[in-house]
Order: sequence, then C-alpha cells, then structure tokens
Amino acid sequence: MKKHWRRRHIVEAFFKGLMLVSFIVVAGALGLILWTILVKGLPALTWDMVTQAPQGGFYLGKGGGVLNAILGSLYLAGGGTLLALIFSLPIALYLKTYLGDSNWGQYVRLSLDVLWGIPTIVYGVFGFTIMLAIGLRASLLAGIVVLSLVELPIMVRAMDEVIRRMPVDLEQAALALGSTKLEVAMRIVTRQMLPGIITAILLALGRGIGDAASVMFTAGYTDRIPTSLMQPTASLPLAVFFQLGTPYPKVQQRGYASALILTIIVLIISIGSRWISARLNKYTVK
Amino acid sequence: MNTQLQESDLNPPTQKAKSAASQSMDTHIQVRNLNAFYGKQQALKDVNIEIPRKQVTVIMGPSGCGKSTLLKTLNRFLELTDGARITGEVLVDEQDIYARDVDVTEVRKRVGLLAQSPSPLPMSIYENVVYGMHIHRMYKDRVAYKKAVKHYLEIAGLWEEVGKRLHDPATSLSIGQQQRLCLARGLAVEPEIILGDEPTSALDPISAQNVEKRLLDLKQQYTIVIVTHTLRQAKRLADYVIYMYLGEVAEAGPAHEVFTNPQHERTRAYLEGQF
Repeated sequence: MKKHWRRRHIVEAFFKGLMLVSFIVVAGALGLILWTILVKGLPALTWDMVTQAPQGGFYLGKGGGVLNAILGSLYLAGGGTLLALIFSLPIALYLKTYLGDSNWGQYVRLSLDVLWGIPTIVYGVFGFTIMLAIGLRASLLAGIVVLSLVELPIMVRAMDEVIRRMPVDLEQAALALGSTKLEVAMRIVTRQMLPGIITAILLALGRGIGDAASVMFTAGYTDRIPTSLMQPTASLPLAVFFQLGTPYPKVQQRGYASALILTIIVLIISIGSRWISARLNKYTVK
Repeated sequence: MNTQLQESDLNPPTQKAKSAASQSMDTHIQVRNLNAFYGKQQALKDVNIEIPRKQVTVIMGPSGCGKSTLLKTLNRFLELTDGARITGEVLVDEQDIYARDVDVTEVRKRVGLLAQSPSPLPMSIYENVVYGMHIHRMYKDRVAYKKAVKHYLEIAGLWEEVGKRLHDPATSLSIGQQQRLCLARGLAVEPEIILGDEPTSALDPISAQNVEKRLLDLKQQYTIVIVTHTLRQAKRLADYVIYMYLGEVAEAGPAHEVFTNPQHERTRAYLEGQF
C-alpha cells in the first residue's frame, strides 16, 4: 500500500499548489489594498471627517470633513438599490416563473448580460443626455435613477441564478395545493431563496456605492448636504477622486481616509445583511 | 370490508355478476380514451378506467409502465412537464378537468397529492398547514384557522407530537413526521380525492406503517388513489386495483378479484413475482 508517485498524484499536487497560489494572489491583493488605505488613511480619519461637511478651504487642507459625501453616497446607493430592487425582483420572478429556459427567457438574459458589461460612464453619459432633453439638472434624483439602471442587470441576473436553483419538489408541493404560479413565486420562492436574494441585492449595492463614473454627470458634486431629491449631491468615490487629485499631501491623506470610510460602510452593510439573512433563513428547506 | 372479502372468497363472482357490480359501482373518477405523450414517446395508451368513490385504488405495474404518469393526469400535474401532452378526458364527478373553462387551481384543491418524499414548505409547521387554507381564503378569522390547523394535524396523527412547537421550522421534523405534515397540509384544503405517489417509499418501516394506517382511516371520507411498487402494500391497502403494463391498463377490478383470480397473464406473472 506504499504510495508511489504516479502521474495522477503529481497532477493532483500541481493543481493543489495552483489553487494555493491563486488564493495567495487574491487574498494578498485584498490585504494590500486594505493595508494601503489603512496606513495612509487612518491618521487622517478624525471625528471631524465623518461628522462635518467641508468648510472653506477644505481642499487646500483646512477644516471640515466628508459627511456630505458619506450621506450622499448612502442616499444615492440606498435609493438606487431600492429602485433597482422594485424592478429586479419581479423581473427575476417573471423570468423563472413564466419564461424559464424558453427563447424569450434567453433573449432577456442575454440583454441583461450585455447591460452588465457596459461601462458605467456610458450610463452616466446616457443619463446626462436624457436629463438635458427633459431639462433636469444634476441632482440626487437623477443620480439615483442612473445608479438603479447600473445596478438592475446585476441584481436581476444574480437573483435569476439563485432562483433557478429553486427545488422543483417545493414548487410542486405548493402547486399541488392549488397555488397559482404567482402565489408560488411570491410566497414560496422568495422565502426559500431569501438568503440568495439578499446576496444579489448586496452585490448590486456594492457596485452602486463604489461607482464614480455614473454619478459624476448625473448627481454632480457639492459641499452641501442635500436636503431634497432635486439638489445635487456629493459621493464618496468622487470625494476620493477629487482629494487625491490635489497637490497637498494632507488632502491626499484625507482621500485615503475617505476610501477607508467607503470600505467600512460596505463592510458594515455586508455583515449586517448577512446576519439578517442568517436569522431569516431559519425556515428554508435545505 | 373484511366481511366483504370473505364473502367473495367463498363465492367467487362470475363474469356476469362482475359487470353488474361495476355498473352499480359509485364512480368518482372516470378516465376516458386517455393518451399521454412525452414529446414523441407515448406514455399512456388509450386508458379507460373508473375509480370508485371512498375506496383505496392502487395502481400497480413494473417500472416505466406509466403508473405515475396516469396519477399525474388526475390532478393535471402532467402539464408541468415540458413537452408533455395528453388527449382524452378525465372526469371527476362527470366534469372534465381538462375542459377549457376549468380552473386548474380548483382541480388541484379538489384532488390533493401526497408526494413520494415529503417536501415541507420553507415555513413553520403551523404555516405549512395554514398555507393552502390561506390561498383559498377558506376561513374568516385567525381563530378559525387555528382550529382548522389543530383539526388536520390531529387527523394526520401529528398533533400530539408537534402541538407544542407549531412555530418551529417544518424541516426540524423527522422525515416520517414531515410526510404526515404534508398529509395534514393536503387535507386542510378539503380535497375529495387524495393521490399518493409511492407515499411511503422514502419512509422508514414504522413511519410507513403509520402513514398507511392514516390512509386506511381516511377512506371513510376520501377517494384515495395510490401508486405503489410494493405488492405487499398493494395487498394491504387496495380495495380496487389497476394493473398497468407498457402504458396500457392490463387489468382493473376489485382487489380480491385481481389478487385471487387475475384475468391477464401479465398480472398473474407480476403477482407471482416474475418482474
């Protein structure tokens, strides 16, 4: 029974090694990014940074913070994700319930995949063109609408992939009791697939909150905290961009701090919703 | 039922008496000229049967003979399979369930299904039973729903075991309990007919026995149609037997006749264990 090194064992060892290397590359990249923003951003991460809007001369190194961008990003991503969700869930359920793997279903999926791949700056420019046509200025509302367009294909496709894994038995059990297809979709599929649906929402939120290009033209940038949907608003990715673009080291450091804040927000949202979905999936059938 | 069996054992009915008996039989489901296809492959060939009311009808036959397909035509489940197609009629109380103006959800409410392996819905035990009643809006207030849940859990013989933990996930039950929960859930929408697709094959012997016992109790009120591949179970449960072979009904009749004096040589071979 002594182990002889044969070709198949060598191949296995090779692939194990390859996986280890891939892991190190991926984890290392993440670690380096976190390390960079931590080292460069932490010294500038003061209480003022998260509680104050920029004051005069902020971009020259004077007092203030990026509360305008923090709230702006939360409003934009929150609104955009909510709006995208309102459309995505019905689309995903419709895809599964009524279109399935039919030709039409495949066309819709193809369209969504293409939309997914379009650079967000194109969405931004597209949104800007529409805004010009209807006379809408750069505003929170316009930003939310364009972000929801950016997020929609990701959300629908991610939900679709999840919902397609719905156990057939479960669906049939509900149909056997005399459910309509809609009742199965609304009462059974959404419940069973809730953890996956939340993951899909997070995926879209992550893309939305981190995107600078789509909101640059549509939401604008301002040092004031928006108080209505029609006002322009700042956002964290753009705050990072503008601050890093200045020649002052102190302001650049604040740019890293802003990036750190953005990362922490994403982290909190991810962990929070995972916690919620873990509590909600008590009833799911495994 | 026992006395019936003995009587007929003592005095085997002649061919004439048999047809007279079938004429007076209280038919609940009537299948007429039914053909079913999966794509180009024909799964059921010209099936004509009558299923008696408030009795246990067992559909038997070797695997691939179309017995599950036949069962699926009775609650219009076959149409959920891609490429499945049927021609012919299935009459429940003389109404064709495939007629154009028939509401399929109403058909499935009247014809319940107990699947091969239990599939509890992703909800609590209570919600599993109440789900069907809710979608059909069967009662007016919460109290009525609660009473109904208790009632049907009792019928399924589950109340004593789960009455105190109704809000636990249904998946926390053992598989045998889950199957009885599915029975309770199915009965809760007040069907007239219960279909069982090998309803005990995924269960351990004791749970299987328990479910069988429930089914025997239930035939006082319900018409029960079961597919099984175990001959012993068929003999224990059946009042009426349909024997299928290669998509056709080879033989159908009262259980005691088919088991003691099969007319068709295929049935005889099957009963003797040649399959």
